[in-house]
Amino acid sequence: MELTGSQIVIEELKANGVEIAFGIPGGAIMPFYDEILKSGFPHILARHEQGATHMADGYARVTGKPAAVVTTSGPGATNIVTGLCNARMDSVPIIAITGQVATPMIGTDAFQEADTYGCTIPVTKHNWLVKDPRELQTAVREAVRVATSGRPGPVVIDFPKDIQTMTAEYIPHRTQETVPAGDIHNDAPELDMQAIDQLLEAIERAKRPIIIGGAGILKAGAAAELTEFARRTGIPVINTLLGLGGFPGTDPLSLGMPGMHGTAYANMALCECDLLINLGGRFDDRVTGKVSAFATKATIAHVDIDAAELGKRVHTHIPILGDVRDVLLILNTQAKERDISAWQDQIGEWKREHPLQYDRDGSIKPQHVIEQIQEVSGGNGIYVTGVGQHQMWSAQFLRFNEPNSWVTSGGLGTMGFGLPAAIGAKVGRPDKDVWLIDGDGSFSMTLVDLATAATYNIPVKVAILNNAYLGMVRQWQELFFEKRYSNVHYPENPDFARIAEGYHVRGFDVKDVDQVRSTLEQAAEIDGPVVMNFHVSKEENVWPMVPSGAGNSEMQLGPPVSEERT
Amino acid sequence: MARNAEDNSQNMTHIIAVLVENKFGVLAKVASLFSARGYNIDSLCVAITQDPSISRITIVTRGDAQILEQIRKQLSKLIDTIRVMELPAGEIAERELVLIKVTAPKEKRAEVLQIVEIFRARTIDISAEALTIEVTGDEGKIRAILELLRPFGIKEIVRSGKVALTRGAKTLKSVKN
Repeated sequence: MELTGSQIVIEELKANGVEIAFGIPGGAIMPFYDEILKSGFPHILARHEQGATHMADGYARVTGKPAAVVTTSGPGATNIVTGLCNARMDSVPIIAITGQVATPMIGTDAFQEADTYGCTIPVTKHNWLVKDPRELQTAVREAVRVATSGRPGPVVIDFPKDIQTMTAEYIPHRTQETVPAGDIHNDAPELDMQAIDQLLEAIERAKRPIIIGGAGILKAGAAAELTEFARRTGIPVINTLLGLGGFPGTDPLSLGMPGMHGTAYANMALCECDLLINLGGRFDDRVTGKVSAFATKATIAHVDIDAAELGKRVHTHIPILGDVRDVLLILNTQAKERDISAWQDQIGEWKREHPLQYDRDGSIKPQHVIEQIQEVSGGNGIYVTGVGQHQMWSAQFLRFNEPNSWVTSGGLGTMGFGLPAAIGAKVGRPDKDVWLIDGDGSFSMTLVDLATAATYNIPVKVAILNNAYLGMVRQWQELFFEKRYSNVHYPENPDFARIAEGYHVRGFDVKDVDQVRSTLEQAAEIDGPVVMNFHVSKEENVWPMVPSGAGNSEMQLGPPVSEERT
Repeated sequence: MARNAEDNSQNMTHIIAVLVENKFGVLAKVASLFSARGYNIDSLCVAITQDPSISRITIVTRGDAQILEQIRKQLSKLIDTIRVMELPAGEIAERELVLIKVTAPKEKRAEVLQIVEIFRARTIDISAEALTIEVTGDEGKIRAILELLRPFGIKEIVRSGKVALTRGAKTLKSVKN
């Protein structure tokens, strides 16, 4: 069957399970957009290409399926570099289709020409520049497979304008040869059974074992298996920032998040454990602190699908290359129940001694707003954040009970991620209430996509924790730069509620702590997007904190508080 | 000051051979990987193999065991990579080709040509003022001839970068990654 390049890409995306695109058209991608219209391929028109990538990112994190991002050449393509880098750091599949100037014009500094291939090499798992329409079908099929298999990641297909209209033979979808999108269990390496036996022996010997559940648990669809493993063995679970939701936050075995802004008891457990089982985490520097002081008493076991993560930062005694779900399925048939009650009691004591807490002084405390969101939403929503203090408070105070209900930018720490990611999450899971907890700084970076939420009536509930500061930077300046506040203050923040109204989105301005709950309840009832501007206490800090470069045992707990809350 | 064994291992030279798909942009991806992760490249040599769809890259790099392992693993992750192997020192035949343009006026020419002969190098161009010499060999031989030619005045030099094969019948393609 003879099709145009544009038709081939659409057909092959559909055949491989890609169901939606986010993007913005422009000169070099117009033939493809013509085909999007003719074919009726679902497409959300964004307001900025960076936002389109975060939408696809949020969509993939809650559905496990990749979405396409479509941009024009030059600035359209360079605008997605941040979003791709974000997705690469957090192992999220995205299929970006970027327009490119026609092949005879490539390399001539043509209008809106950029070296998209070169620009996106370091921020993608793989990329293609397709200069022959006969290579398109294979390129798209490969792109989806690469993006979704093994350790997932973003890919780019750079698509010159003349190739979009040239024709080539298209071989209609052959199911047996097509890898279904979202199936990330293919390409699983053969498991090293000896290493798994070593781990089982270590579990039997251990008196103070701990599990770290990373993002790999969610990507492998192994939350149920992890829960079974932990409950069966009684081993307490720490979830990394991106692993939250991989184990029920309300379970007595849950210790929350480790590391720089982790719970005191998670960090204490890391310091004291004699066996550390890292399931699909990558020992990020925010988790380990100073590596030489990390889990020094422990035998370290690490399960990862990416061989390069094994031994990358932390010396590992039992490295296991493989799909973490496959490993857990074996562990669950072979691991024996153990009595480690002395260790569990010790952790229980740490939990009672050092709960997450904050002062209540009559102002709106950001942590309070987050607790109220948890209550109003019943804990069953999808929670999205930007990057900064609000993100850390959300990670600390929300209790995630379901996998893939938490969308946050971990590795890259991309401010502005929140709003577009929340839009993408809601598009992917329209059955779920999607709450965005954002900072005023983060929200300001991509708030333009309020227009997208309004246009498509995507009912995301936005709670801005507005302290008129780049709060995390301010906190560091307070603690490590003797309160020299350099360029962190936004005294003339816009009226975000009125900004929202300007975008045809309901806006609320909340200055009184007594209005927090009622505003959230009202917002939950509104059938459409909502922005709530909470004027929170300005100089609240995130505690506990492990200073950058210090070991986890050097954690600072913050000033004592008058009323303790867990 | 005495340097301990660890310090020495950081500067250990390693030869890594990589088989890759002979496709557009593959070299850029390998180079980007090295610059993004801060690895050194001392020399780099790329050309197609007996199978025109496959290229072979020979990289000379430095680092301790941990860095070397990361280089090997990260290279393996590239989609276009077929095989990666560190070539074990002592079990390989390694060669580099160097062209040297050396100042050799009439009165010095015989002396230079004598060195060329001793090293089994070849003269590939001659003019009134200079000789261009082609020499092939391992690192020691190249270093030795350069040292001997330096006093005459080396005007220009080009080195191919190291290439190497393991000794015996074993091939890179037969190695399991």
